[in-house]
Amino acid sequence: MVLKILTNFFKRIFSEMFKGKTNISIGFYGPPNAGKTSLANRICKDWTGEEIGTVSRVPHETRKVQFREKVDIKYKENQLTFKLVDTPGIATKIDYEDFMKFKMKKKEAQSRAKEATQGIIESIKWLDDVDAVVVVVDSTENPYSQVNVTIIGNLVARKIPVLIVANKIDSRKSDIKKCEDAFPEYDVVGISAKYGTNMEEFYESLFKLAKKVKK
Amino acid sequence: MMQTKKMSKNKNKSKHEALTLQFIPFSEIEKLDSTARIRKLLEIVLNNKIIVIQGKLRAEEETRLIEDTMVMVGKVKGFRGIELAVVSPNAKERDFMSKVKHGIANALVGQTDSLTIIGPAAIIKDMKRDPRKLEVMMSGR
Repeated sequence: MVLKILTNFFKRIFSEMFKGKTNISIGFYGPPNAGKTSLANRICKDWTGEEIGTVSRVPHETRKVQFREKVDIKYKENQLTFKLVDTPGIATKIDYEDFMKFKMKKKEAQSRAKEATQGIIESIKWLDDVDAVVVVVDSTENPYSQVNVTIIGNLVARKIPVLIVANKIDSRKSDIKKCEDAFPEYDVVGISAKYGTNMEEFYESLFKLAKKVKK
Repeated sequence: MMQTKKMSKNKNKSKHEALTLQFIPFSEIEKLDSTARIRKLLEIVLNNKIIVIQGKLRAEEETRLIEDTMVMVGKVKGFRGIELAVVSPNAKERDFMSKVKHGIANALVGQTDSLTIIGPAAIIKDMKRDPRKLEVMMSGR
């Protein structure tokens, strides 16, 4: 009995010591349609029971930053509580005519384009308020896109810890090796947010990411 | 007859539409602060020119450029944004001494061994970059 109390006491002390900063904010960044909201939904559904936002094949579906306070993950004796910040995809151009290809009327497309530009500005502003970032890239696309490079370069300059998630590994066109080669200095985890593939490795990497956050 | 001549002249004109590449040496933007740098670049892009900069912007300037571009998309009629690409030599392929030399040179004169290409999205459809090449896809105007 005494041994059990002592074991629990030391367990608690050590887990507090290695917990890192509490109440951390983890931002989900990346280009449009990489699957940021799909991943955020997967995490929220796994650990809070509710999804955070809607997903669509039309780019810029997420046009406002959406967050979920206190997502509590317990995995293999580890525990992590964080604020999940799902951001609109960052792009260097917005053309309303691109939305019209998805059978949208001109007015609706123009309004969506306007909201998308505001969403990008909001995403960039939120970089000041996150402690760590999960950069979600589409593993079926060229990882060397300037948006990916710019986001990661900015995070490095701000000394914000980064985890790269190569999403859509369920697709035949997926090339994780190319993603790893593009970002050799970072942990790259291949997942399928849609089907929940390889989420165990993702959660392990998320714990490692949280530990890198300065207290 | 006159009309035909005029029409054929217009036809030729659309066939040979000029595309301006404006080269900006690093020394030209070196002393500007971030706000002035970005303003200068956006002014050129808004004039439908493609910029080739010797060197690269700082990380925070790149995001600021995207931010300001989005503000302009909402304000300037017909402006859809920019295409941006930075080509840098592969640091991994350098030996230790070469890395030290480059580090010192970068600290003294900026990252002049890189090239930054910025163009209006109305002209450049896409820029595909990989470590060894940059493909620029132009819009059919």
